[in-house]
Amino acid sequence: MILAFLVWAFTLFVTAYFMFTTWFPPGINAHAAAYDQQFRLTLVITGVIFFLAQMALGWVMFKYGDDGKRAEYSHGNNRLEVLWTSAAAVLFVGLVLMGTTIWASVHFTDPPADSMVIEVNAKQFAWSFRYPGPDGKFGRTDLKLINDSAGNPFGIDEKDPAGKDDVVSSAVKVPVGKPILLKMAARDVIHNFFVRELRLKQDLVPGMIIPYHFQADTPGKYEVACSELCGLGHHQMRSVLEVMSEADFAKWMQEQLAQKQ
Amino acid sequence: MGEMSRAVHEPPTFLRRYVFSTDHKVIGIQYLITAMFMAIAGGGLVALMRMQLAWPGTKWAWLGRIFPDGMESGVMKPEFYLSLMTMHGTIMVFFVVSLGLLGGFGNFLIPLQIGARDMAFPVLNMLSYWTIVPACLVMLGSFWVEGGAAAAGWTAYPPLSAVRTALPGSQWGQTLWILGMALFIASFTMGGLNYVTTIFDQRTKGMSMMRMPLTIWTMFIASAIGLLAFPPLLAAAVLLLFDRHGGTSFFLPSGLYFGNQLLPNSGGTPLLWQHLFWFLGHPEVYVLILPALGITLDLLPVFTRKPLFGYRLTVYCLYAIAALSMIVWGHHMYVSGMSPYVGEFFAIGTLAITVPSTIIGVNMIASLWGGTLRFPTPMLFVIGAIVFFGTGGFGGIFLGNATSDIQLHDTYFVVGHFHLMIGGVTLMAMFAGVYYWFPKMFGRMMSERLGKVHFWLTFPAFYAIFLAMHYQGLAGMPRRYYAFDKYEYLQWLQGSHLHVSLAAFLLFGAQFLFLYNFFRSVFRGRKAADNPWNAATLEWSSPTPAPHGNWGEHLPEVHRWPYDYSVPGATGDCTPQTTPASVAPVTF
Repeated sequence: MILAFLVWAFTLFVTAYFMFTTWFPPGINAHAAAYDQQFRLTLVITGVIFFLAQMALGWVMFKYGDDGKRAEYSHGNNRLEVLWTSAAAVLFVGLVLMGTTIWASVHFTDPPADSMVIEVNAKQFAWSFRYPGPDGKFGRTDLKLINDSAGNPFGIDEKDPAGKDDVVSSAVKVPVGKPILLKMAARDVIHNFFVRELRLKQDLVPGMIIPYHFQADTPGKYEVACSELCGLGHHQMRSVLEVMSEADFAKWMQEQLAQKQ
Repeated sequence: MGEMSRAVHEPPTFLRRYVFSTDHKVIGIQYLITAMFMAIAGGGLVALMRMQLAWPGTKWAWLGRIFPDGMESGVMKPEFYLSLMTMHGTIMVFFVVSLGLLGGFGNFLIPLQIGARDMAFPVLNMLSYWTIVPACLVMLGSFWVEGGAAAAGWTAYPPLSAVRTALPGSQWGQTLWILGMALFIASFTMGGLNYVTTIFDQRTKGMSMMRMPLTIWTMFIASAIGLLAFPPLLAAAVLLLFDRHGGTSFFLPSGLYFGNQLLPNSGGTPLLWQHLFWFLGHPEVYVLILPALGITLDLLPVFTRKPLFGYRLTVYCLYAIAALSMIVWGHHMYVSGMSPYVGEFFAIGTLAITVPSTIIGVNMIASLWGGTLRFPTPMLFVIGAIVFFGTGGFGGIFLGNATSDIQLHDTYFVVGHFHLMIGGVTLMAMFAGVYYWFPKMFGRMMSERLGKVHFWLTFPAFYAIFLAMHYQGLAGMPRRYYAFDKYEYLQWLQGSHLHVSLAAFLLFGAQFLFLYNFFRSVFRGRKAADNPWNAATLEWSSPTPAPHGNWGEHLPEVHRWPYDYSVPGATGDCTPQTTPASVAPVTF
């Protein structure tokens, strides 16, 4: 009896808390809006079923105590079984199918041709981002030339003219509203690039270059958290995504180029 | 067969009776007590982790003396935190839940519930137990080797686990982890073969497959999927060993660069390990949860005095879950860099599993409907298991869907979800099982009063901890972080860690009440009647506690399914499986 009330109390609390809390920070692009809509739909559907199932569990405990009467004898009811099987199948598989358009827009759609390409290199426990500079070309790299203390985590070959104007930064800065294509690589262990506001998360795997495209429509600074265990400094492998106005971004790029001279 | 009237003699010496025993009941109890011991170890590890998360960077001088490397001068190092986390996962998944449910209840119950005298291969059974003991010792001992215990997570993703300079725990700890897992898998294989053979071959007259209790069904199916899924992990572990010590590159690509040094490896891929690991790892969660559901379903009719709802469909659902569980491993890898096209395949397969799971959940509630409910301690834990199954399951809807997983992957949401399922459901079912079958094991009852206190502390504390973790995960808190001080967006959540930790200490402490009750009742508990719960399943037709050989001179004969309660026309509300049709009508 007390257990029935406890189950009801838990259920009410959990349902209310999940339903009426805003979980995510505001999204900063169209993908985030679509993601949030899918998430809310999942939340409502699972929430309703959770609520009904747990309330029913509390109810049967409350109702069918040991009153000395003989229990019902029944092996089950096939019609009911078919009913809730189909309901569950339609709802849950339907949720996946509805989500496929979002999954497809992240993974199956090519980034626009005019996307700004940024190379990402993750290592224990720091991020590096490389921009091609004014010539639009990345310089040649060689692993033997990697020199972290000299600010060359990519191993850019200085003899290659295309590499002379490459800009390397420990934070990722992008112009607002511009399609971005990150080419992500890791050089030691697996890392993960996670920005809550983008609703995007992707592992960086040694030996692979993984494309990751997005667009950010709201200027601001957003934290990048490593979300794949990468070693003893995993918890401090932080970077920042800074979404800047077109003018601010151009100014920042100029400063970086000036420093290289 | 001569089996029918075989004279059964107890083994003569203490050593053969209690230590190197081939009696399935003794081996089952050995497994169970080993699992309890490992649970204290696994719980102790997490207690240390929760201390760090609640009060980061605090100095605990007395702990510095126990772990002079990991907690030098009493402050926990990040690498030690990661070792604790890795070994907590490994121990709890493999050495507590697998050991307790399959090794403990599997060994103890299978012959008793199907009417056999022992397992099909009693010596292999003993060997299986004595292989698990060194596995436990290797795992625990690895804390004191150079670099400490393995620290790359229970998933042991390379390169972190493969390159010895990647992490202190990847020095000797990881090698010992591989050794411990190899021993574990060898032991599991011996046990699994034994369970499957026994269930196929040793059922007594009248015990058709469709008259087996669901505990046996779930043990059967869990053993089968474990036998199919564990060998690939063993193969992967051997490859990892070669990568670590033999200079091979199964999981290591070219261009690896550690500490100003380019490694000579080339040609491997870290994703290969993830596929092999999760090819086991996902079926493994069903190896854990199916027997827990089996025990839950088995106990329901005893305490509702009403037949189980939808037995036949439940069996089909178990088959469906088992089949699907083998083809959904990729849902752990949505953001891993695996081809996004297969991601969709895994998402649909995963959500398809929710259908048989939902049916089983609903059957549980429907089994309570119209019953005459009694709430002794085992029933309380049964309800706890149902609540966790019906709560944690919904997290799976979010995580199993590739789209919504993008945001939630590797956050505390995942930690909360799998703890409710393969931590909560299994723990509740194991407690229910221990309180319920304790009289069969020792001929005495456990204390009801202590049992109830144990439940009323354990259930709410468990719920609070892992519900809170769902919230933390939605707020974007990544898992496997030693501290949360480097991120602005995580600052406001620091207080929630304190609350979770306090609930975790309460949960941990409450388990000592259980241990006290268990060991005290072995010697001092009230004497049990032969059938103390008035239950219909076959094991209660043997004397309590069951003697060596279980059944005296003649094996029992089964005439009906295991859930005949309140049969119209029968005397009393319980009709044991051995009751012939002349006494009460047979409907199944």
